[in-house]
Amino acid sequence: MSGKPRLTYLNGRGRMEPVRWLLAAAGAEFEESFLETKEQYEKLIKDGVLMFQQVPLVEIDGMKMVQTRAILSYIAGKYNLYGKDLKERALIDMYVEGITDLMEMILMFPFSPPEAKEKNLDSINDRAINRYFPVFEKVLKQHGQDFLVGNKFSWADVQLIEAILAVEEKIPAVLSGFPQLQAFKIRMSNMPTIKKFLQPGSRRKPPPDERYIETVLKIFKK
Amino acid sequence: MAGKPKLYYFDGRGKMESIRWLLAAAGVEFEEESLETREQYEKLLQGGSLMFQQVPMVEIDGMKMVQTRAILSYVAAKYNLYGKDLKERALIDMYVGGTDDLMGFILMFPFLSAEDKEKQRAVVVQKAISRYFPAYEKVLKDHGQDFLVGNNFSWADVHLLEAILMVEEKKSDVLSGFPQLQAFKARISSIPTIKKFLEPGSQRKPVPDDKYVETVRRVLHMYYDIKAN
Repeated sequence: MSGKPRLTYLNGRGRMEPVRWLLAAAGAEFEESFLETKEQYEKLIKDGVLMFQQVPLVEIDGMKMVQTRAILSYIAGKYNLYGKDLKERALIDMYVEGITDLMEMILMFPFSPPEAKEKNLDSINDRAINRYFPVFEKVLKQHGQDFLVGNKFSWADVQLIEAILAVEEKIPAVLSGFPQLQAFKIRMSNMPTIKKFLQPGSRRKPPPDERYIETVLKIFKK
Repeated sequence: MAGKPKLYYFDGRGKMESIRWLLAAAGVEFEEESLETREQYEKLLQGGSLMFQQVPMVEIDGMKMVQTRAILSYVAAKYNLYGKDLKERALIDMYVGGTDDLMGFILMFPFLSAEDKEKQRAVVVQKAISRYFPAYEKVLKDHGQDFLVGNNFSWADVHLLEAILMVEEKKSDVLSGFPQLQAFKARISSIPTIKKFLEPGSQRKPVPDDKYVETVRRVLHMYYDIKAN
């Protein structure tokens, strides 16, 4: 079945945003179905299309895929963004997993209670500048290449630019100690498919707002 | 560098256990260095061996790999336990994602207060029997094959057996409504490499106890309270 991939999720970033980024970076068009009510969600479960009763759901190449990582790995493999061999794939996986840990903190942030928000923001900043960004700064410095792995654009680069921009939304000066990452950010932002994704009118979703948080709680809260 | 893989972790299950399972299932011998002291951990950090300052870390094929999922994917692919093509890999990744989520509910168990342990036990069982086990029961019933994906032994089978046994440790009759999974458990447990891993004297780690919790807290300076998710 060779239609465009169809993404089913809420109308917001959440766990689907990395999928939108990767498809867009690969130049792959996609369609979206937005969950707005609990009833829609319960119908999906009843219809048996959500293997573990969860979204994200991506219908692609005849499969109803769930589990964000599985979806991203499939897309990366399909569009040649997963390195040229097992060892490059291992590096990409390591980098992506690390970045995902950082992104998880940002994902959870809107749902933390008001009194914990400042502390959580400090944690995000601390992890970004002391644990994650130094690793990629070093990787880029050591090989001096444009891309993280194998001198070629890959899923790891897409994940990193997404994370950099997401952290900058919260901490605008976060890249100030990382010249390699600053240059990387500019380079990635200028790649045609990514440039397009960063322009208004693309499928990129805005940062989560009150309405998005309400929708999440309405649909998923027991 | 063709030595045996070397695993760096605490002397206990945690996030390393799935890696022990997979290497064992693949028939691969491996060495382990157990972290007992803060000093050992700081030495690893200072030596630059831990990319994100975390364990698990596995030295394999000249790489110092971190991030459990990356390590498992590499081992699976290297030992032909990752399906024959992209679509089989997608299925394996999906199934492993589910069992990973299920085992994630058990991961923090030893760190919980006695009261929270009871609550979490109920959560684990409820998730297992209403969300995860039915999904795998259906997969096996629908295709009637011995293995989850592509009629071939894969990482997904190893991971599911590990998850089943872990949940059974919390509630011994949890498979009672799942005949396919009962048969699956018997079948996979009798695969020679897995059978060996399930016998005493193997590198399989026991259910985590207070000593394990103390070690983790001491080595990682992780003294805050852990809440159930």
